Amino acid sequence: MSRAAVATTQGMVRFPVWRARFVLGALLAAFLLLAGRSVYLQALKTDFLQEKGEARYSRVLEVPATRGRILDRNGEALAVSTPVKSIWAIPADVELSARERQKLARLLGIEVAELNRKLSEARDFVYLKRQISPETAETIEALGIKGIYQQREFRRYYPGGEVTAHVVGFTGVDDAGQEGIELAHQETLGGRPGSRRVIKDRLGRVVEDVESIRAAQTGADLTLAIDSKIQSLAFGALKAAVEHHRAKAGALVAVDVRSGEILALANVPSYNPNNRARLGGAQLRNRAVTDVFEPGSTLKPFTVAVALEAGKVSPSTAVATAPGRLTIANYTIHDAHPAAMLTTAQIIQKSSNVGAAKIALALPREAMWDLFRRVGFGTAPELTFPGAASGKLRHYRTWQPIEQATMAYGHGISVSLLQLARAYTVFAREGELVPLTLVKSGSVASGEKILSTETARAVRAMLEQAVQNGGTGPRARIMGWRVAGKTGTAHKQENGGYAADKYLSSFVGFAPASAPRIVLAVMIDEPSAGQYYGGVVAAPVFAQVMQGVLRMLGVPHDAPLEPIELPGEDEAKEST
Amino acid sequence: MAKLNLLLLAVLVACAIGLVTSQHRARKLFSDLEREQNRSRELDIDYGRLQLEASTWGLHQRVEKIATGTLGMRAPDPRRVRVVARDKAR
Repeated sequence: MSRAAVATTQGMVRFPVWRARFVLGALLAAFLLLAGRSVYLQALKTDFLQEKGEARYSRVLEVPATRGRILDRNGEALAVSTPVKSIWAIPADVELSARERQKLARLLGIEVAELNRKLSEARDFVYLKRQISPETAETIEALGIKGIYQQREFRRYYPGGEVTAHVVGFTGVDDAGQEGIELAHQETLGGRPGSRRVIKDRLGRVVEDVESIRAAQTGADLTLAIDSKIQSLAFGALKAAVEHHRAKAGALVAVDVRSGEILALANVPSYNPNNRARLGGAQLRNRAVTDVFEPGSTLKPFTVAVALEAGKVSPSTAVATAPGRLTIANYTIHDAHPAAMLTTAQIIQKSSNVGAAKIALALPREAMWDLFRRVGFGTAPELTFPGAASGKLRHYRTWQPIEQATMAYGHGISVSLLQLARAYTVFAREGELVPLTLVKSGSVASGEKILSTETARAVRAMLEQAVQNGGTGPRARIMGWRVAGKTGTAHKQENGGYAADKYLSSFVGFAPASAPRIVLAVMIDEPSAGQYYGGVVAAPVFAQVMQGVLRMLGVPHDAPLEPIELPGEDEAKEST
Repeated sequence: MAKLNLLLLAVLVACAIGLVTSQHRARKLFSDLEREQNRSRELDIDYGRLQLEASTWGLHQRVEKIATGTLGMRAPDPRRVRVVARDKAR
């Protein structure tokens, strides 16, 4: 009997059992498929899907970090960032009539032709103008042009302009330091832009802060040791001198003897950091820090200090300098003021090359090299500043006698003006070498003892003699304070030899001589208006700036307030 | 059983309303915070701009020019200046 027959007999349509099983199985399989799919989506692909979902409403916002300000020691701003807008466009989306184009071009401050060129580019993103003022940006926004967008950026302003340009340096369009302090302290000044995840509603308003991915770190403000009043005075005096003597360049460094702070660091020629359209390498160079030169006579005090320290001479020891010439191995050293006999003090005062050379030749090479090295020649100063030059000081084992003799008066060795100023702190601070800093410290710096107090004082007395009438630098004197210092007039090196008519005039000194507070170094490169002696070209700049500095700092007088009587120019003559 | 269910339903509704209000308040507070943060940033930027302006007006060359030119001032003769040491003055 078949199943079909049974079904028929009961009056119902009876399907075979396998059909029900089949349908059940199919339904089960469908459920399994769904369950499997959901496990796949929920368990295996969940991260991907959630990410996609979040992307619909959550956004990561960049939190811009403001760059720190650079201030002078009295809190005056030297570099400040203010927000500006950059205007960019999607060229394909922009539809403008000729009149609108004209209007936009005028607002952007560019030519219509340039605007047209930019808008016809085949790119998706083109800057129309970077860094315009927020006010102009608002006007442009009010025009409501399709396809033109704005972006907030920061622009750095330097109120000090050319006066502080070389110290502060500048930043590029991307707000990163490129020169000077801006580059040296990029890390702390720059800060770090942060980012956060937010939920935005349909209209683009932030409705919820999901998480702060990275907190924005505002750049730290930096207070420099520079005193903008002194800096301004120094720059003005230096610029006037460079123009007056038709010199190629000039540099000046003023150092506080107690703290080692650099109060002024000026360079001429300079540039305006706010408008760097036409900028040459010569203007950009921070000569005082990055350029080295043969210092000439300003090095003699160190030679004498070595001799005093070694006990070879005393300030009153007489040295035979007749006839004002000294020939060593085919090379003749000359004196500008030939004398038969000079004491050690007079060698400094009259800037006698022969005398200095004779003293040097009586010294062991190693002792000279050692002192030169310890006052910082030949090594880059520990200063957070890009490109600080180390100068050149050859090892004493390679010195020939003639080199030892010329080195005594500053030839065959090269230093930067900054190194020279630092080295002179040895005489100003009783034999201690003071580490220099461009950042305000406000505390007395601990120096490294290089010379004995007696030697430092003896050299100081000689340096004071050098600015009296009869010395080479009387023009460095100022009314009311005692000054000590040394002139330098070095022939410039050219093509491996010395140029006969190119000089580098310098003056390094400090005041007040009774208790030195300020070391000031001045260098004028290639004065070409006739005068070139350090005592005539550089010393007056020293006097002018030093007087202003001492007055501004309220340093008590240590000399009677009598007008200074100056001798003729002949006294200033020297041959290095 | 029905009583318990009703109670639980009431609690559930209360919780749901609580959640919604707190969410709403959090969002409101957040937008307030946002606004204040923006304001503080704006003020900071303003401060920077004013500082810049102060520096520009107070430029030493400018002060010097006005002092010597417009106002006819000059630095006193050093002989007429008395420097007073701080410790002695007290």
